[in-house]
Amino acid sequence: MMKRINIFALMITFLFTTSFAFAEGEMHAPMEPDWSFQGPLGKFDRAELQRGFQVYTEVCASCHSMDLVSYRNLVQEGGPEFSEKQAKAMAAMFEVEAGPDADGEMFMRPAILSDKFVSPWKNEQEGRISNGGAYPPDLSVMVKARSGGADYVYSLLLGYEDEAPEGVTLDDGVYYNIYAKNQKIAMPQVIYEDGVEYTDGTMATEVQMAKDVTAFLAWSAEPKLEERKRIGFKVLVYLIILSFLLYFTNKRIWRDTSH
Amino acid sequence: MSDDYEPQSAVAKWIDKRLPIITLFSGHLMQFPTPKNLNYWWTFGGILTFCLITQIITGLVLAMHYIADANLAFASVEHIMRDVNYGWLLRYIHANGASMFFIAVYLHMARSLFYGSYKEPRELIWIIGVFIFLLMIATAFMGYVLPWGQMSFWGATVITNLFSAIPFFGEAITNWLWGDYSVSGALLTRFFTLHYLMPFLIFGLVILHIWALHVPGNNNPEGIDVVKGQDTVPFHPHYVVKDVLALVVFMIVFAGFVFFSPNILGHSDNYIQANPLQTPEHIVPEWYFLPFYAILRAIPDKLGGVIAMVSAIAILAFIPWLDSSKVRSCKYRPLYRQFYWLLIADFILLGYLGSQSATGIYLILGRLATLYYFLHFILVMPLIGFIEKPKPLPKSISEPVLSKEEQLAKSGQTA
Repeated sequence: MMKRINIFALMITFLFTTSFAFAEGEMHAPMEPDWSFQGPLGKFDRAELQRGFQVYTEVCASCHSMDLVSYRNLVQEGGPEFSEKQAKAMAAMFEVEAGPDADGEMFMRPAILSDKFVSPWKNEQEGRISNGGAYPPDLSVMVKARSGGADYVYSLLLGYEDEAPEGVTLDDGVYYNIYAKNQKIAMPQVIYEDGVEYTDGTMATEVQMAKDVTAFLAWSAEPKLEERKRIGFKVLVYLIILSFLLYFTNKRIWRDTSH
Repeated sequence: MSDDYEPQSAVAKWIDKRLPIITLFSGHLMQFPTPKNLNYWWTFGGILTFCLITQIITGLVLAMHYIADANLAFASVEHIMRDVNYGWLLRYIHANGASMFFIAVYLHMARSLFYGSYKEPRELIWIIGVFIFLLMIATAFMGYVLPWGQMSFWGATVITNLFSAIPFFGEAITNWLWGDYSVSGALLTRFFTLHYLMPFLIFGLVILHIWALHVPGNNNPEGIDVVKGQDTVPFHPHYVVKDVLALVVFMIVFAGFVFFSPNILGHSDNYIQANPLQTPEHIVPEWYFLPFYAILRAIPDKLGGVIAMVSAIAILAFIPWLDSSKVRSCKYRPLYRQFYWLLIADFILLGYLGSQSATGIYLILGRLATLYYFLHFILVMPLIGFIEKPKPLPKSISEPVLSKEEQLAKSGQTA
């Protein structure tokens, strides 16, 4: 757990921030699978991120944009680390509007590495009207934008039940999900067994797909996570050694002063 | 102090004759006579200076990449996080730096309250400090608005709406502040401007704060005046090294947040772009404002709440005259010490209550805690000075409190 890293942080959280949503009994506490990227030394699992990208592209991307992520990010260190050739091919599957050309006309060209992920919608209004009025939110920083983070997103993807319990009435276009607020959500279940055919041969179970795509979204929300922890480890070692040296220096300086 | 300093090199002599800046620094940063019994609670002054400079430097660089525009601000912050070299590091230092700044300033103020550092002859140091605290609150609040996330937007809406409680002119003042009829891009750009300006005002006040401190010199844990020479050590190296040691330990905690849980002190809603059409379920300020937020909500009337919240900070400026005791340090104030800790507990409780929705038991507790907060300053502080029988003060810092025989005699009397 991220929270275990720092007792001080935990104390502060305990004192000052409470998970309101959980506290009020409207929501179930999410499941807590083991994430490769949790803990002070945790890293992303490349294969998991690559599978997660596949799930995003084939399942989520038909409704959810990722406006903050570029195709080049797929190549960068600390991410899925696709080869440049792979990423270029993935980008080229999409078209973006470019121009104006010499005649003043806009034209369509295949996406390149420097382009942002192409959105499924021309604009928010189109996304809204295609989804019964509920705009599918952008997923770029989704994991950081929900209390519960990756645990919550993962649980939500798996929290659907076919039948709402007795006494719960669902409006049209609203689905029952035990991890959603008030157990109601406008997104239908999208993760089904064999919903994708993994290129690396992994069995596409529901749990596998949910975990992979959540890991991918955790990376997209925090693409510098590995670099951050790596530098942080060095900084802490440096500061701790320095504090010992200063402790003894200080002791020496005050040796002859009675106080 | 500075009079025994003679510049050695020709260059130093030349400069110092025309602008005695070397003498000034030598006097105030090197030889400055400092009580030899200062404990680690006295290191937060240096730590706070570090915090301010860190915020200014990281803030300057962030401002080179940030765009203060309602449509672009959120994406520009993510651009900093993703594309700017070490942008994530700068932003996490800056965002967590605000929290660390407030941790340090609260401890600094708590130390001052415990050891009576606000009392004669140090009243002005304390009052300047209250103004610094006020500016810090304004700066931090405006800074939190800049990422233009949901909590930024709605926090700004709640707080700027408080001005509408002012009788007669409230609405006009609020619209003037907004530069619009609601919180919008106009507010964002002016908040950015002010957020950029205020740290430099704080910096100016910090210089006054230190200047005022260097006239009487430091208070100390015994709360008694020092005898120069016998009770003091030069600032350098004794306190330079001690302060740096404390600073490095502080930086370890700081780095723990920045590198290993950078978002734990923030709110997840602020990673959702501001949406004027969708109010978050719970609008909560940053943790360091929660005690004051609890006071605001404890009063059932809007104007009353605003007055209470402003008074909660303003009353601090009057503490030097509200405290009727001549004894500075709580070490020698057995009765007031109990109330001191009650105030600290009360403030932490207010912080907790500020994070909860103001209903039921939380509201009742919030009102009681608010009541005590004010009673402490306007009733407890003035009265206890008359009731309390302080413990005997030591003769000086260097001499033990009382000789062994005196101590025995004393305990025989009271037993």
